[in-house]
Amino acid sequence: IINTVQLSTSDYDPACLPDLLPIYYRRLFPFSQYYRWLRYGGVSKNYFQNREFSFTLKYDIYVRYQSFTTQNELEKEMPKMVPYKIDIGAVYSHRPSQHNVVKSGTFQALEKELVFDIDMTDYDDVRRCCSAADICSKCWTLMTIAIRILDRALREDFGFHHLLWVYSGRRGVHCWVCDDAARKLSVAARAAVAEYLSLVKGGEETVRKVVLSDPIHPFINHSLSVVERYFQQYAIVDQDILGSKESVDKVLALLPEDILSFPDLAVSYKDEKDPMKQWDRLCDLVERKKSNSRKGGQYFDKEIMLQYCYPRLDVNVSKGVNHLLKSPFSVHPKTGRISVPIDLKELNTLILLSLICEELERPRADEAEEDDMKDQENEQEAGERRRIRDYKRTSLAKYVKVFDRFLEAMARSRKGEMLKKSDLQKDF
Amino acid sequence: RQFYQRARRRKKLIGNFQNDLYDQCLQFYGQPPLENISLTEFETFAVERLKLLKTVENVGVSCGKSSEQYTKKLDAEISSLNFPHRGGISEYEKRRKDHISHFILRLAYCQTEDLRRWFIQQEMDLFRYRFNCLHSKHKTDFLHKNNLKYETVSAEEKKNLKDKLIASSYGLSGTKVEEHDVYKVPFQDALDLVRTRKVYLLAGNAYIPHHEIVTIVLNDFRTRLSKALAMTARSLPAVQSDERLQPLLSHLSHAYVGQDYSIQKNIGKISLEQIDALSGKSFPLCMRHLHKALRENHHLRHGGRMQYGLFLKGIGLTLEQALQFWRSEFVKGKVDADKFDKAYAYSVRHMFGKEGKRTDYTPYSCMKVILSNPPSQGDYHGCPFRHSDPELLKQKLQNYKVSPSGINQILELVKGMHYQLACQKYFELTHNVEDAGFSLNHPNQYFTESQKLLNGGRDIKKEVDMSQRSQENPASVTHPSQANSKQAHEEMGDLDSFFQDE
Repeated sequence: IINTVQLSTSDYDPACLPDLLPIYYRRLFPFSQYYRWLRYGGVSKNYFQNREFSFTLKYDIYVRYQSFTTQNELEKEMPKMVPYKIDIGAVYSHRPSQHNVVKSGTFQALEKELVFDIDMTDYDDVRRCCSAADICSKCWTLMTIAIRILDRALREDFGFHHLLWVYSGRRGVHCWVCDDAARKLSVAARAAVAEYLSLVKGGEETVRKVVLSDPIHPFINHSLSVVERYFQQYAIVDQDILGSKESVDKVLALLPEDILSFPDLAVSYKDEKDPMKQWDRLCDLVERKKSNSRKGGQYFDKEIMLQYCYPRLDVNVSKGVNHLLKSPFSVHPKTGRISVPIDLKELNTLILLSLICEELERPRADEAEEDDMKDQENEQEAGERRRIRDYKRTSLAKYVKVFDRFLEAMARSRKGEMLKKSDLQKDF
Repeated sequence: RQFYQRARRRKKLIGNFQNDLYDQCLQFYGQPPLENISLTEFETFAVERLKLLKTVENVGVSCGKSSEQYTKKLDAEISSLNFPHRGGISEYEKRRKDHISHFILRLAYCQTEDLRRWFIQQEMDLFRYRFNCLHSKHKTDFLHKNNLKYETVSAEEKKNLKDKLIASSYGLSGTKVEEHDVYKVPFQDALDLVRTRKVYLLAGNAYIPHHEIVTIVLNDFRTRLSKALAMTARSLPAVQSDERLQPLLSHLSHAYVGQDYSIQKNIGKISLEQIDALSGKSFPLCMRHLHKALRENHHLRHGGRMQYGLFLKGIGLTLEQALQFWRSEFVKGKVDADKFDKAYAYSVRHMFGKEGKRTDYTPYSCMKVILSNPPSQGDYHGCPFRHSDPELLKQKLQNYKVSPSGINQILELVKGMHYQLACQKYFELTHNVEDAGFSLNHPNQYFTESQKLLNGGRDIKKEVDMSQRSQENPASVTHPSQANSKQAHEEMGDLDSFFQDE
């Protein structure tokens, strides 16, 4: 299945943010689900109250150590402060908003979800369709590949169950691993997980960034089977990596030296016109030559595929317990897009904030009267009802559903844990 | 704490304990020693263990810990140091010294994050070396004696997972899987193996073959030692109140650091206009590389800014100069002056200790550059000898007009993982000297030595040392550990004379 990305064609103007954001926070932001998430069932006392949020306000003013005591407070403050960007940090030993009055040295980050940040700009050396902050349907496949590989590994190898994948709002995806065990991981453990998941290594100075040798670890084999599914369509066709001399040279540069020295290599595969067949031909030629080569280069084709497709993580984002990461349902001020949860069954559509507000302004006459009557009963409930009505009218609804399913799964698992514990206690 | 207070009194020993107490040459140092020793023994033990740990460090840096030479070299060096070694017969005294000296050094090295990190690293390397020296049966005995009962995997599960296990662990064959135990350990307890992907993971568990169990044990060792040091730090004030112990302990903890270039000499003696020229003449390759990238891209990422920024501070740039330097470069790029002042100026001031925690950050040593924060796509920091592709390194050296034979020597050293020696060779080739005359372990040291050489050598004492060394070791390249341990001995010599004065 080839995934397509629907990017809105209407232009977004950041100048609209001061007008649209308050509406977004008053009527659309899913506060009750958000609070339900970060409360984690209330198993740990003050878990929500000790969570750090950071806001980027108008004029680029950045404030850290925001914290809230209840869902209500959150709902009141956000439309008032109108953050342009929201980041989530760690759960601390004390309320972050009071970190200044706490005895020095005792205010510490205790827990946080294990997070991963995949940013499209880290692939600039291997994608030709866009660069920097642009993304398109051709390179979005890289995100699909990244999600499939990492999701499998985090679940099957590491035993995690509660993963929330979120579109970053601009040019990548984030993964929030929310299991209890994940939230309690040390800095060293987070770094180790991130390193385990890293295959593409080296900076500007390294040409060959993936090196495979025997034995091939089962993790690499799993990842390869994902990459192989997408490689032909993505790299050969969409990115056209054999299409120009410059890009072919880049591919050839990844081959071992002694194979490159064969003169007919660069020329003969060009007999084929069909790029897919070119790739096969190239692999074939190298395969034949390599049997003469002394060392290495036996997995050259796999290394090339991995270098072009395998997920590139920033280990530093995953390492820190106190690292702040963009919140789900936060708006990206530069694109107007909302960081929405991704349904792994449908890796496509993105969402544009102004679209929602356009939808909101179209009143639905038939519902309006009935709603007005209910509103007169109770103001708070009315606010909540209005909010539910509002986002249900928009495309945000299905993303909130994805989030709901995720929350349900966590709740079920917490219930299971509690039953287990009480069973154990009953044993004599 | 009891132990340290008793150290004031004379030596006493209860004979019966001897054989039980130290029946293995290796230990976890779980229990502090419960005897009294003399002040002399206290001092001697401490200094000797420090020598031991510095030897471990030097061999590690010059050889690369996973190389074959490493064990051989350690064997050679340690056997001459009068510490427990491969379980000889009359090992009792040595084991006792091992035990006591470890606890003494805990006092000296518990005080700061850096000291703790260094101490833990060397003790771990020493432990790993000793554990690997044990016969397989003794390894298992050791584990059981120390209550490390890791769950073994059933024969059935082993059979099902056999292929995957063989594919994940180096040196594991089918027969080994069948015949020896495989342990199932939560992945959090096997981080070293997880990080390097040298183990099979399933549902959050790491499947560890018997011969790999040392890594797990090391993890455990590190955790215990780390906790113990934190606790020691808390009871330190009581110990430091003893006037006789305090000077020794502080001298011990300073001995390993060497010059850290945190105190700026020559402040303001460098002008910004000189930097381009200096980068070609006196900067080590890593800084030359960073400077060039900054000039070309008008930008550097955080890792590069830290490494290069602190280096510049170390060579004498003032805060004002640094701000001007970075701003003028970034403004040529995509950053306007306003954004610079908002986003980047803060971190420059931070480097100079004028913001936030207000600790004065010290320029990175070679070890730090080589071992931490490897560069990724878009980064220019790190050590080129360690982090660059050999091909690209070669091209760069060619561009810098290094001779082909010189380049080959450098590449040989890089292949052998002697990154600092490779940089030293680069120094020798670019300054046209046979022998650098110093043992490189800090980029600012490179700069200082280069300037000294180019400006005629002001320090007379250094010149004498240089000529002495070139007489004794004409090819300093081939005797790295000798040069390093010579340095260690010289430092130890200073310490010894300190004691003799007492």
